[in-house]
Amino acid sequence: MDRKHILVALVQDRPGVLNRIASMLRRRNFNIESIAVGHIEQPGLSRMTIVVEGDDANIEQVRKQLDKVIEVIRIADITGESPVAREMAMIKVKATPSTRSEIIQIVDIFRANIVDVAPDSLILVVTGTSDKVDTLIELLRGFGIREMSRTGTIALPRGGPGPLTIEENKPLRHVVEQAAPEEENLPDW
Amino acid sequence: MIKTGAEILCECLIKEGVEVIFGFPGGVLLPLYDTIPRYPQLRHILVRHEQGAAHAADAYARVTGKMGVCLATSGPGATNLVTGIANAYLDSVPLLAITGQVPTHFIGKDAFQEIDITGITVPITKYNQLVLDINDLAKAVREASYVAQVGRPGPVLLDIPRDVFQARIEFNYSDKVDLPGFKPKLFGHPAQIKKAADLVNSAERPVIIAGHGINISKAFPELKELAENAQIPVVTTFLGIGCFHESHVLSYGWLGMHGMGYANKAVHNADLLLAVGMRFDDRATGGVSTFAPHARVVHIDVDAAEIGKNIAVDVPIVGDLRNVLQVLNKQIERREHIGWLSQLDEWRSQHPAMEIRHHEDILPQYIIRQIHEATRGDTIIVTGVGQAQMWAAQYFYYDRPNSFVSSGGLGTMGFELPGAIGAKVGCPQETVWCIAGDGGFQMTVQELATMVQEDLDINIAVFNNGWLGMVRQWQELIYNKRYFGTQLYNPDFVKIAEAYGIKGVKVSKKIDVRPAIHKAMEHKGPFLIEFIVEPEENVYPFVPPGKTIVEFLEMPNPAASVKK
Ligand SMILES: Cc1ncc(C[n+]2csc(CCOP(=O)(O)OP(=O)(O)O)c2C)c(N)n1
Ligand SMILES: [Mg+2]
Repeated sequence: MDRKHILVALVQDRPGVLNRIASMLRRRNFNIESIAVGHIEQPGLSRMTIVVEGDDANIEQVRKQLDKVIEVIRIADITGESPVAREMAMIKVKATPSTRSEIIQIVDIFRANIVDVAPDSLILVVTGTSDKVDTLIELLRGFGIREMSRTGTIALPRGGPGPLTIEENKPLRHVVEQAAPEEENLPDW
Repeated sequence: MIKTGAEILCECLIKEGVEVIFGFPGGVLLPLYDTIPRYPQLRHILVRHEQGAAHAADAYARVTGKMGVCLATSGPGATNLVTGIANAYLDSVPLLAITGQVPTHFIGKDAFQEIDITGITVPITKYNQLVLDINDLAKAVREASYVAQVGRPGPVLLDIPRDVFQARIEFNYSDKVDLPGFKPKLFGHPAQIKKAADLVNSAERPVIIAGHGINISKAFPELKELAENAQIPVVTTFLGIGCFHESHVLSYGWLGMHGMGYANKAVHNADLLLAVGMRFDDRATGGVSTFAPHARVVHIDVDAAEIGKNIAVDVPIVGDLRNVLQVLNKQIERREHIGWLSQLDEWRSQHPAMEIRHHEDILPQYIIRQIHEATRGDTIIVTGVGQAQMWAAQYFYYDRPNSFVSSGGLGTMGFELPGAIGAKVGCPQETVWCIAGDGGFQMTVQELATMVQEDLDINIAVFNNGWLGMVRQWQELIYNKRYFGTQLYNPDFVKIAEAYGIKGVKVSKKIDVRPAIHKAMEHKGPFLIEFIVEPEENVYPFVPPGKTIVEFLEMPNPAASVKK
């Protein structure tokens, strides 16, 4: 059954990493919903959040293929760990004197923020799950959306150390079971 | 010591154990070409086209088990390597491709002969890097060489700008590899191996499918031990040919589209498949939804991503085959499987695919068999792609690992001549036979000059059928003989050879086949035989695309065929 999966990867900051990952996903015909990349607390490393759609076997293929990319230090599918997942959108919506207050009401309900006001439009910023952002966009469509920009999802697993947590004094690559997870999770080194 | 980038590159290659570079120069490589002669440990072989350099290095790697190295200039030199790199990628060959690049200050300016070769080769390399700083050069070579050879081998590419070759630094060599993201898993999981052993010990109709991974991991004794102890029949993949003695009683040929009927039947009816070092390529599995419907599958491979990619697997084991099989063998019980083996033998007698029917003219299969007899199987066969390739795989008995060198995954016509060069350079003591189609031969024919210049004793058999035979066969069988774009106007191949200074003979009578083969082998230096063969011979068995592997077509009218 196809559903959305959230893969998170720790990658080395090297030229061409994004290209390599995008190329792999494209070449193997995987369906990317979004990719978000940014630096993390550790210098020289970035974290990528990749949302892909597919059945479990398909996603396992994505994970394993990406794991082979030399710059990918760790990768995990955190969908099953009910992670906190958010994205941000900026939406410039047409606002006439007659629609303005209705828009502001919607903004309040969605706990979005108005960050810029022009005579005939507003820019608002919303963060939340993709679904929430989708719903807001649907509601605003009727007023006329001039421009918008979405970040793509970023996500963290809840609670204690996750698969991408960097622990002190431990080598980066030995922290997670890197082989096929179907090979039981007993560490064998 | 202060060293130039070019010197550092040469010294690092030597440290990696490199002895041969197949290359072709150009503007940005001049500083390097000015340096290589000062390192006599590095033999440079000048090819006539960069594709040839990549194929030669590829074949060199296959026969020696070492990394092959090819070298090309920026722009067109680099793009000419692409086919060869892709070939090595699909067949998991450790290949280091080095390309020159325009000087760093020109990069991004569309300078003369600037091309983004690292961008182009992302999907066909295991790793690549544009080395912008001479301080990174030695590390880049070390890492590229390591990645190419460790885990599942594959091609890597280093793109080096001209000014990096020319720059100078105080050079201190370090063999440290710092690649936190490169994590090949070399030892199988003990619990998984135990599960595999349980399945093997309880199987009634087990089959081992042995692939190219056995060659790569050199797990020959382990494979033999496994097969013999548990009396499990062994079927190889196309690239696995030779990893298990084909004359062994437990050898049942190779599977797939043109594989032996009995091999396909064995796999189809098995209750357990032990897939070792293979990747369930569609040419091997045929229609994948109906592949081996009764079998549980144990899949052992060093590349985790191969497991579950094409078919569902019951017991996955990720690890180097040698290590895994050593542990597995300790847990395997002695078995007989008499009923199952006699069933296989019965299938073998029902589908004697490898017989050669009587025919007035020269059948290509007959030539292959004659080469086998003349060499007693003691030769390296390097093939092109097409019908002749398949006959070479079918009608020769391979009893030595890596004695069959062929482009499997990419199916690259033109691999034959440069491939034979690489094999001969890698194994100068061995006899090398190049099995060329008349089509494929003309794709890299210029490498005849390389053979002469390097004085390589290679025997070339050109199968002149006047067709792009394999495509013609498909047009005949699937497109109702609507032949188009497949008939060849051919030159006189013997005259071509002569023009390059290569001796040759044309053979159009069956009676002349054997003497010509012997003549070629007695001759020192390259020798070409142009065989005029039966033009419309087809390769059988043939599993039409999409069909289950047991739905193979056999040579029509088997009654007319007699034992050789
Ligand atoms: C570079 C390349 N182009 C096209 C093909 C498609 N193709 C596969 S086999 C074949 C015919 C090969 O002809 P030839 O070399 O004469 O060998 P034959 O089949 O006649 O023995 C062709 C065109 C290919 N495999 N490689
Ligand atoms: Mg031909």
